[in-house]
Amino acid sequence: MLEMKQLNKVYRTHLIETHALRDFSLSVREGEFVAVTGPSGSGKTTFLNIAGLLEEFSGGEYWLDGVDTRGLNDDGRSRLRNEKIGFIFQGFNLLPDLNLFDNVDVPLRYRGLPAAQRRERIESALARVGLGARQKHYPAELSGGQQQRVAIARALAGQPRLLLADEPTGNLDSMMARGVMDLLEEINDQGTTIIMVTHDPELAARAQRNVHIIDGQVSEVERGPQLGRREAATDPNAAAA
Amino acid sequence: MFTYYLRLAVTSMRRTPVLTGLMVLAVAMGIGASMTALTVLRAMAQNPYSHKNEVLRVPQLDSWNPESAYDEEGNPPDQFTYRDARALLDAGKADYQSAQYRTGLSIQPEQDSLLPFNASIRVAGSDFFQMFEPAFRYGNPWTRADDARKARVVVLSAELNDKLFGGENSVGRDVQMGDERYRIVGVLEPWLPMPRVYDLQEPFEEAEDAFIPFETAVDKEMGAHGNNNCWRSPEKPGYAGQLESECIWMQFWVGFDDVASVAAYRQFLDDYVRDQKALGRFERPLNNRLSTIDEWMTRKEVVQRDSRTQVWIAFGFLIVCIVNTVGLLLAKFLGRSGEVGVRRALGASRRQVFAQFLIESGMVGVAGGVLGLLLTGLMLAGMRALQDESYGHLTRIDTEMVGITLIVAIGATLLAGLIPTWRACQIAPALQLKSQ
Repeated sequence: MLEMKQLNKVYRTHLIETHALRDFSLSVREGEFVAVTGPSGSGKTTFLNIAGLLEEFSGGEYWLDGVDTRGLNDDGRSRLRNEKIGFIFQGFNLLPDLNLFDNVDVPLRYRGLPAAQRRERIESALARVGLGARQKHYPAELSGGQQQRVAIARALAGQPRLLLADEPTGNLDSMMARGVMDLLEEINDQGTTIIMVTHDPELAARAQRNVHIIDGQVSEVERGPQLGRREAATDPNAAAA
Repeated sequence: MFTYYLRLAVTSMRRTPVLTGLMVLAVAMGIGASMTALTVLRAMAQNPYSHKNEVLRVPQLDSWNPESAYDEEGNPPDQFTYRDARALLDAGKADYQSAQYRTGLSIQPEQDSLLPFNASIRVAGSDFFQMFEPAFRYGNPWTRADDARKARVVVLSAELNDKLFGGENSVGRDVQMGDERYRIVGVLEPWLPMPRVYDLQEPFEEAEDAFIPFETAVDKEMGAHGNNNCWRSPEKPGYAGQLESECIWMQFWVGFDDVASVAAYRQFLDDYVRDQKALGRFERPLNNRLSTIDEWMTRKEVVQRDSRTQVWIAFGFLIVCIVNTVGLLLAKFLGRSGEVGVRRALGASRRQVFAQFLIESGMVGVAGGVLGLLLTGLMLAGMRALQDESYGHLTRIDTEMVGITLIVAIGATLLAGLIPTWRACQIAPALQLKSQ
């Protein structure tokens, strides 16, 4: 599903050069649930942004679902992102002026789906996260946990192959966080590959595999305790620092 | 996607009503000022006979003072002496020709309820109606034969017919004008050639109340209610002296069925002046003109330099307003960096973000254009209230100007939106998503 080989990301200013990722290699198979951990500034978010095609990389290779992302122009990257990737952010990133229906509709609009198909997907996605009855509500009318559920519904509506979650429970209390994690596991059980960046060892432990990043490199890969819960497609040897 | 972007634009505009209001107002004020100035300029500058520009001509003969030119630029006089008009009419070398001037007569209505009043009268040849094409509501122009026999006939304007006969068909009836009764042969539809090309001495006056034959007016010794310039005093007193003098007081127009006849007429004019030189007149160098309507309007400075300057100033003001709008749009769009980041993350390309924000700019332009039209209407109404009546015709906005206004408003705002929109679509999504 995701293959990064010897990836480098360098931020340059006129004074300094910062290597956010250095010879970064990682392979994630279809259907895996991978937690990415590491201290602040280690390169977790840069990895996630590059994985999500939101940032370009300075060198190396990145293959997403069999597509070589090198040389893709903005239109190509946007289309690939829209079709293959769903995002879940720590801050939910819902659009406050749009109701839940229209928020979930955003990625589908860019895919150019017909209205009837969009409606079906939106209603199904909101129902799946338990908010089917609140389509006309606005984000401000929901709790944090509910907002994150809407964000998950928005990601699911596009039926992505890969779900990228950046601290998805970081702004939630433990009760809500558990609910969101249950939902992510359920989504993963149904075959969606998930990569989740987190600081929380407890959440990381619920993933099939933990990838630890330090100084822009994969330093350690561990099998998660949940691996035995279901048949995973993880190959621990596939990832290399 | 267009309707989706439109819906997003309306949502965004409603979210920030004050900022949106400021932008719309800035565009509207610039549009209002520039369109007001442009409306007046267009009305002044338009040639209502552009379709006949080449075949309707104004002859000019330099019968002026041998010691000094008619004006500083050395142009020949812009009106005719009766002697020369008479000679050109008698020669009949053009397909259509009309000597004409403005005069006035008192009208004595038959109804007791109406008091006598003065009416403005256009004295002209019957060809005037073929040349300037006023539409007739009833009847027809008088004939060349009526001209020749100095018939007491009249064509009424629609307004005068309304006043005297309640708008009924008055053809065949008589009207008492001055000391004679004139038979009505025709009634015009409302007629407002703007500018009033046939008499550019006063280009923005309304058309006259009535029209009578040139020969009749001369027979009745009617003087001109317009400019009467003499480079030397008439040798004889009275109307006969005026007719024989070198004073210029009437306009002369010629018309041709095709433009090929123009050169021959030009030759005729030169020959005429040479003949007159032999008789001791026209002591100045040969300096004849046979101007088209466009040339004549330029020569008569129908559009004054001040009017053009006003338009430049007004468009300068529009630019200032648009620059302000650029700033406001920039503030608004960059304030939505988070939204851009989210949309980009969810699959929007830069082009799609660009389209979304440009359509929002266009919506501001539409709103500014509509409000600008209202302001233009208000400003023109204000001008009508403040200015001389004759300028009232210049201050009417037509459907073409409405179209131009909206196009300028939308175009200017789209232009204003380009930089902010470009900046918005350059926003790095990753940065915005983390900072949300």
